Amino acid sequence: MLKIENLHCQLEDDADTKILKGVDLKVEAGKVHAIMGPNGSGKSTLSYVLSGRDGYEVTDGSATLLGEDILDMEPDERAAAGLFLAFQYPVEIPGVGNMIFLRTALNAQRKARGEEEMGAPEFLKLVREKAKELDISPDMMKRPVNVGFSGGEKKRNEILQMSLLQPKLCILDETDSGLDVDAMKLVSKGVNALRDEGRGFLVITHYQRLLDHIKPDVVHIMAAGRIVQTGGPELALEVEKNGYADILGAAA
Amino acid sequence: MDAPTNPWRDAFEAFKASDAAQMGASARDAAFARFDAHGMPSKRDEYWKYTPVRDVTPETPVPANNAADAFADVDAYRFVFVDGHLDAARSDRDALAKVADVAGEKGAPWMDGVFNALQAKPIIGAQQQVERPFADLNLALFSDGLAVRIPAGAALDKPIHLRYEGNRPAHLRLEMLVEKGASATLLESGAGALTTGAEVVVEDGATLNHLRAQTEVADKQFTALYAKIGAEAQFKTFTLAADGALIRNETQITMAGENGNGHIAAGVMGRGKALIDNTVYISHEAAHCESRQVVKNVMDDESKAVFQGKIYVKKDAQKTDGYQISQSVLLSEGAEFNAKPELEIYADDVMCSHGSTTGALDETALFYLRSRGVPLKEAEAMLVAAFVDEAILEIADEGLQNIIRKAVDAWMAERAAG
Repeated sequence: MLKIENLHCQLEDDADTKILKGVDLKVEAGKVHAIMGPNGSGKSTLSYVLSGRDGYEVTDGSATLLGEDILDMEPDERAAAGLFLAFQYPVEIPGVGNMIFLRTALNAQRKARGEEEMGAPEFLKLVREKAKELDISPDMMKRPVNVGFSGGEKKRNEILQMSLLQPKLCILDETDSGLDVDAMKLVSKGVNALRDEGRGFLVITHYQRLLDHIKPDVVHIMAAGRIVQTGGPELALEVEKNGYADILGAAA
Repeated sequence: MDAPTNPWRDAFEAFKASDAAQMGASARDAAFARFDAHGMPSKRDEYWKYTPVRDVTPETPVPANNAADAFADVDAYRFVFVDGHLDAARSDRDALAKVADVAGEKGAPWMDGVFNALQAKPIIGAQQQVERPFADLNLALFSDGLAVRIPAGAALDKPIHLRYEGNRPAHLRLEMLVEKGASATLLESGAGALTTGAEVVVEDGATLNHLRAQTEVADKQFTALYAKIGAEAQFKTFTLAADGALIRNETQITMAGENGNGHIAAGVMGRGKALIDNTVYISHEAAHCESRQVVKNVMDDESKAVFQGKIYVKKDAQKTDGYQISQSVLLSEGAEFNAKPELEIYADDVMCSHGSTTGALDETALFYLRSRGVPLKEAEAMLVAAFVDEAILEIADEGLQNIIRKAVDAWMAERAAG
């Protein structure tokens, strides 16, 4: 599904700052891959480069989604192709209503894929149903996008978007940050409900605790811009127990 | 050698012979004398630094672009002026005369406290020397217009719509008295006026809402609005200006009675080489009044926005609440915003604030929208609409708010279509 080969990138306005230094990664449909790693290892940058954020320059390597090169696409084209990034810090957009935002996004993707746009009544029904599952109040839907939302509400809003847009590949960038245990359970439940045969997940996290709730099939350790070790769920437990030092020492 | 010709003096002399010029002849003479003493201002004049008008002549054409009349579908008392004169067949003069006092060619007694009463007053504070060339030219040269009195306590059942059409560089005038406790809404649209001038008196407890759409002006338009707000009275004015090569809107509001409200808001959309200038003076002369100025500029290509806003508070105007914000989104590197906020306060117990910002659209918000599948141009339109909406929300009526929102969306859609 997602295939990353030898991916290198640097900051656009500072060629000396090289962040990704040869990332190789494959995420298969139906699988959950986790990426763990210390601060500054390049985990979040990987999510930005894949989703098309400005400020990074890919200098080598490739990334394809379902066989399509995504690195040449605009961010909205990547979204329409099935890629979704759940932000570590969801953005507040004053003046843009949450409902209008969701409907515009959904229909823009449908239009880009040559599908029929969804009418208002059908959309309303769908969004109400999904919002209820995530314990998102009608009031939150009426407010501007993420404005005045608590940390937990923002993350739940990300998962709501994910469940409405039904992407093929979901990247979760430190979705556990800023969440208490109850909120993490709610968010994880929402993510788990989306797990199916046709969908891949890339879960970026510092901590094992999220992986107690979203059980990964494969765990990667990233350091200094590369994947340095890959294993099963037990790798995450090892990190939790011994920290990164042992693994990084062994990999070096 | 011949003396240098003065096209405005020639135009005034020629106009004076016409029938239209007989009403208010002495006020017209005085206004023209004020203009003529200085002529067109230059960049050296303090309030004309950013807005070059020296080349504006009486023959300046007033072409319209292809935008639709924003208020075409509003049920209103319509006054259509073509080439500077009322088109009676397309106007609702008789209908309005049944519910309000519409003055004839010779004027009406109630106009004594309105016509030339506000404009002739010396300008406030340190600005006594400010040149008002277009206000004065308008008063000297207006060929037609509307003078209407809304009787005490009456709530006008639908808006009055002044519509400017035609190719002649016309000068049109509004005189309006909203008597105690009365309420009315006033709309203006169209390119067929080179200048408009308005004097409105909003008496104690009365309400006047004013909405102006300058979306059809392809070249130039100069407007001057004088308003005097009584105790407990409310006046709201909103202008949407788009694309004009040179637009200057001057608004001067006097808060004359306690607990009055004066709100001035504007949305500005510029592209090409448009220059759009909103200049506002608010004079607080009574205690406990509130004034608000909210101006939102969206500037593309090499367009320029100018905002000059002054809040003046007299010694006795204690507990004044004066607020001013002017903000610009620059959609291209060649666009420009010049802001000149001013406070001049002589009372010691007031709350006055002003702020001004300029910048590009929020990059993170744009990326967030795009990462959800919204194409760039559409994402920009969403953020622009949200930005301008803070000014649109100053409009009292929700239906009229939506008309302006539509015009903003249409402008952004046209931009997206390239």
